[in-house]
Amino acid sequence: MANWIPLWVHKLSSPPNFYRFAGVVRPWALGLALILGAIALYGGLVLAPADYQQGDAYRIIFIHVPSAWMGLFIYGLMAVASFISLVWRIKLAEVVAMESAPIGAAFTFITLVTGSLWGKPMWGTWWTWDARLTSELVLLFLYLGVIGLYHSFEDRRQGARAAAFLAIIGIINVPIVHFSVNWWNTLHQGSTVRILGPSHISTDMLWPLLTMMVATKFYYIASLFGRVRTDLLSMESGKDWVRQIAGAHGSADAVSAGRAEAAEREARR
Amino acid sequence: MSAFFAMGGYAIYVWPAYAVFFIVLIADYINPSLRRRRNLRELRSRMARQAARQQRNPSAP
Repeated sequence: MANWIPLWVHKLSSPPNFYRFAGVVRPWALGLALILGAIALYGGLVLAPADYQQGDAYRIIFIHVPSAWMGLFIYGLMAVASFISLVWRIKLAEVVAMESAPIGAAFTFITLVTGSLWGKPMWGTWWTWDARLTSELVLLFLYLGVIGLYHSFEDRRQGARAAAFLAIIGIINVPIVHFSVNWWNTLHQGSTVRILGPSHISTDMLWPLLTMMVATKFYYIASLFGRVRTDLLSMESGKDWVRQIAGAHGSADAVSAGRAEAAEREARR
Repeated sequence: MSAFFAMGGYAIYVWPAYAVFFIVLIADYINPSLRRRRNLRELRSRMARQAARQQRNPSAP
């Protein structure tokens, strides 16, 4: 590895160390996600006033917009991890990239479904082929393509390499999704929340939205780390550290069952 | 309270949206732990088979 990378990064990226680290971080991330999510839902569903045009239907925003942000954020992260895995062949980067795809697909799916449920009462249609909606659908297909390509190879590392290429090429879609509302005349509204300049939203509605955004970030960490732990175990199943975990976890029932089975076979012989 | 659940007449759109959000994320969260348990169980029985084979035939690899 390049020597400008600090030693602790190198140490952390070794599978047994990351397995342990992720196991410690995961419950905290999930706890924070649940607490912040509950606060955001209370703020969004109870405290925030109804919209003067959309009534209470606008309350879908508190899950729709954070999910849409996560769909794009996770895609970007997946593409960066894919790039790292292709260039430096770091096993952990490969696992992070491939296990981010299902989470990103889940958030993109939520975005499309909640958007559809919001579109019906407000636009009078579940679906329309407008630029924002179409590019979001393409994003879902890119995620599904990455997942499918990864699983279509007999050798999983080969599959991960092919899928990483697709993930990197597909990054072109991320700015298209983001800017589609500016570049084309769409039915979908423009951005309400802005990083630069004032947001077009009242504070009562803005804080639950931003809290939910932070909650979904923590959820992503919790879900990703669980997935990475699972993957590291099955990738390294021949190694000693995994065997120790398997031995410690088993309430010895599987082991004794295996032994009994073998003894029985022995007896029959 | 019933006014809260009615969502100003938009209940049939708002609540299914929230249901989808939670159902999809719960499924996403549970899936890897199930996979992990299955993998560990398989690994344990493989280890047990290996141990039994070694007991029977110590010289074999």
